[in-house]
Amino acid sequence: MKESLLTGLAAIVGPRWVRHRRAELATYTMDGLPTHESWPGVVVIPGSRHELIDVMKALHASKTPFVARGAGTGLSGGALAEGNAVLVALTRLNHILSVDPASRRAVVEPGVVNARLSEAVLPYGLQYVPDPSSQTACTIGGNVAENAGGPHCLKAGVTTNHVTDLEIILPDGSLARLGSTHGDAWGPDLVGLFVGSEGMFGIACSITVRLEPIPPAVRTMLADFPGIRAASEAVSAIIASGIVPAALEMMDQSCVQAVEASIYAAGYPTDAAAVLLVELDGQPEGVAAEHAVVEPLLRAHGARHVLTAESAADRARLWQGRKKAFGAMGRIAPDLVVQDAVVPRSALPDVLDRISEIRDRYALHISNVFHAGDGNLHPNISFDRRNLELASRVREASREIMTVCVAAGGSITGEHGVGNDKLDYMPLIFDAETLGAMQATRRVFDPGERANPGKVVPIHACREWCASPAARGNGRQQHGSLAEVAHD
Amino acid sequence: MIDGMLARLREIVGASGVERDPSGLPRVVPDSTEAMARLFALAHGRNWRARIEGQGTWLSSDAPADFAVSTRGLDRVVSVSPADLVATVDAGVAMGTLRRRLADDGMWLAIDPPGRPERSIGSIVAAGTAGPLRQGFGPVRDHVLGLSVVTGDGRVVRAGGRVVKNVAGYDLGKLQIGGFGGFGVITELNLRLRALPRADQTLIARASRDHLTSVGRDLTEARLALQALELFSPAIAAEPDWILAARIMGTEDGVAAEARRLTSASSLLWQQLPVERASSFWHLSARAVLGGAVTLRLGVLQPGLDDSLDMLAATLDEGLITAGAGSAGGIRWSGEARIDALRALRRTAASREIPMTLERAPWAIRQQLGHFGAYREGVGALVSRLRETFDPGLLLSVALEGDGDAR
Repeated sequence: MKESLLTGLAAIVGPRWVRHRRAELATYTMDGLPTHESWPGVVVIPGSRHELIDVMKALHASKTPFVARGAGTGLSGGALAEGNAVLVALTRLNHILSVDPASRRAVVEPGVVNARLSEAVLPYGLQYVPDPSSQTACTIGGNVAENAGGPHCLKAGVTTNHVTDLEIILPDGSLARLGSTHGDAWGPDLVGLFVGSEGMFGIACSITVRLEPIPPAVRTMLADFPGIRAASEAVSAIIASGIVPAALEMMDQSCVQAVEASIYAAGYPTDAAAVLLVELDGQPEGVAAEHAVVEPLLRAHGARHVLTAESAADRARLWQGRKKAFGAMGRIAPDLVVQDAVVPRSALPDVLDRISEIRDRYALHISNVFHAGDGNLHPNISFDRRNLELASRVREASREIMTVCVAAGGSITGEHGVGNDKLDYMPLIFDAETLGAMQATRRVFDPGERANPGKVVPIHACREWCASPAARGNGRQQHGSLAEVAHD
Repeated sequence: MIDGMLARLREIVGASGVERDPSGLPRVVPDSTEAMARLFALAHGRNWRARIEGQGTWLSSDAPADFAVSTRGLDRVVSVSPADLVATVDAGVAMGTLRRRLADDGMWLAIDPPGRPERSIGSIVAAGTAGPLRQGFGPVRDHVLGLSVVTGDGRVVRAGGRVVKNVAGYDLGKLQIGGFGGFGVITELNLRLRALPRADQTLIARASRDHLTSVGRDLTEARLALQALELFSPAIAAEPDWILAARIMGTEDGVAAEARRLTSASSLLWQQLPVERASSFWHLSARAVLGGAVTLRLGVLQPGLDDSLDMLAATLDEGLITAGAGSAGGIRWSGEARIDALRALRRTAASREIPMTLERAPWAIRQQLGHFGAYREGVGALVSRLRETFDPGLLLSVALEGDGDAR
């Protein structure tokens, strides 16, 4: 990293907020996925929107690649930077800029922690719905980059359904204001395009989100099943009944046992093959009516017991086990690969069977905890990465699981993103032309391809697209292959 | 020249796939995404400008072009999966046809866009025109899981997938939804379905506009679970007064309880419509939007509703108006208007941070005003570059921005 750049960055944010010693960088070498590690060249931590803009301009002037990072809780290696790149940590941009209860909108900086926003709007009887399991640490900016989901996204939608307005800093340091507070945009849906672009289109410096009223009535049920297939079929039956629960989550026996052996014990029956957490919300009469439909459906599909939380404390306890399940799995082995794939709901029973078969064949410990209502699987593989042979089996099994999910008509990621972990899987679901379109779209925002380089789109698998005029102006060949362009 | 062009077009789609529109313009009717792609590759090579048409019930077929392309031949409901609540349909399928087909399997697509039942699903998605149900089920984009699009130079891009949750790659479909065809022709869609609700009740009340918007505020404050809460002007409702219509869906007991809450939460006299009348009420109000040559929408939230309705009345007229009286907001206006008045409205709205989207109008107005305009900082340049990416020759005859109005 050039000394002049370090000096320039220090002049913008203050020397304290430019980190380049090895011990300082260690914090930023991983996200939540233990299989990928990468050392950034330098970490810069701007303290204001103004500083962030100046940092981006300095990086543009020196043609330096950069990676935006929130809390580093991602699970796809998306927020990792190589040695030639500057990691821009957004954790100091953590202010809730405004809350408008009448319009049900809040404007936040990207480093605001997800759960903190819901706490802040609680006095107005409002909440920010998307609730990733990491919500006590992850940031709204990171959620926007990844289009994050969470258990309560079944009924209310994921991050993209809750963001109305973005102020973004493009990689050249210029600003663009996408969307509108009012929900309808001033032009094409660029907010929709930006959300989930994994930090490769620029950095959102101001985010307007939709808030939702806290439902007056909530009913949380725990149903336990003697077989995982029966539990999956119960999920399909509930959705087919026309009722969309607020959340519909499944945990298998391995996961339940890990939770129950931990400090997060929630009272789940450890002899069950699978448990379902079903939450209904809305007006009291509506919830009662839906409960009267759902409970018999659960029993008809083989639930041994259906427990309904009687109090807020009971409900919190049932949820604690689910939300802290990943942490509880730390008891099984030192490392955990949290996989993320989606299958059509009707394929759940068969795909879960296939995952069990893969687990046995590779002799691995896999625990399933996932958003069953929308078919979003999280097969979690516990292992010790110091055991290289075991780590290799984990990689092979992960690929097989992905292949099974894609063959069932699914997708390689439902909420964690592609990052660098799933780059190789992209051609499983997108043809070369579509990958080329993605690359061409990225160049509209970032002609120099400096924002989070090397993520999401496998360049070698793209079909050639003409470079946009902006990219041409940047000295790119109009008809050069993407592979050539990427490596020139 | 035209004979040579017709011959080339017939080579691509067959003799039966090429016709002439009333003005004599060649109209091509491809029957597959692949045929559409071959057509646009040819047109791109020859620099032929194309006009996109659906069933011809929404946007007038008057954009200048060397040929027209209709999605009418893309008319298959490819697959419907009740277990997964997903349908794959061609873009030319009429909304009414799809509605009937899904109802046979106990499902529905939870959108109620303006226009006639013959309107194609591709038109609805390309224009992003949601109806009153956006209150309960969100905008059109929330119902599209994936789509195929043919770009201006004949490439096929397949965005998204068939599952309800998916963050693989950039969300390219969002650019096409509400993109008015400026970034390509949508040919196929994967749609998110819902099981038909067990109960579906409509209640209406009549009063002055101000009274009804104030009731809308009260009901929102009271957090009623309404799937629609829409305000209709006297002209669109064909009644002497403004009408507020609420739609409640769910289980029988839940709907009955919510209807009781609705009637007790306001001083209005609510009238519950029998099933048949409710259905025709919503269909007729959707169709009534076509009563004017120009339709536009304003992105406005409930706290700004009164002011925006005043602004409309002052700048245009209090014609055919529907407005979201719940938390989703949004105003749709239809009528006759001069370009100057529309431009003044866009300017006034922009000064209040309210975007105005021109949904349909004769070409003379679209060309000068554009579907979009008054872009905010940095957006115009991005849109131009995206257009050049997805339509390199700018051969799709779509006026996203008005003349000299874009940036």
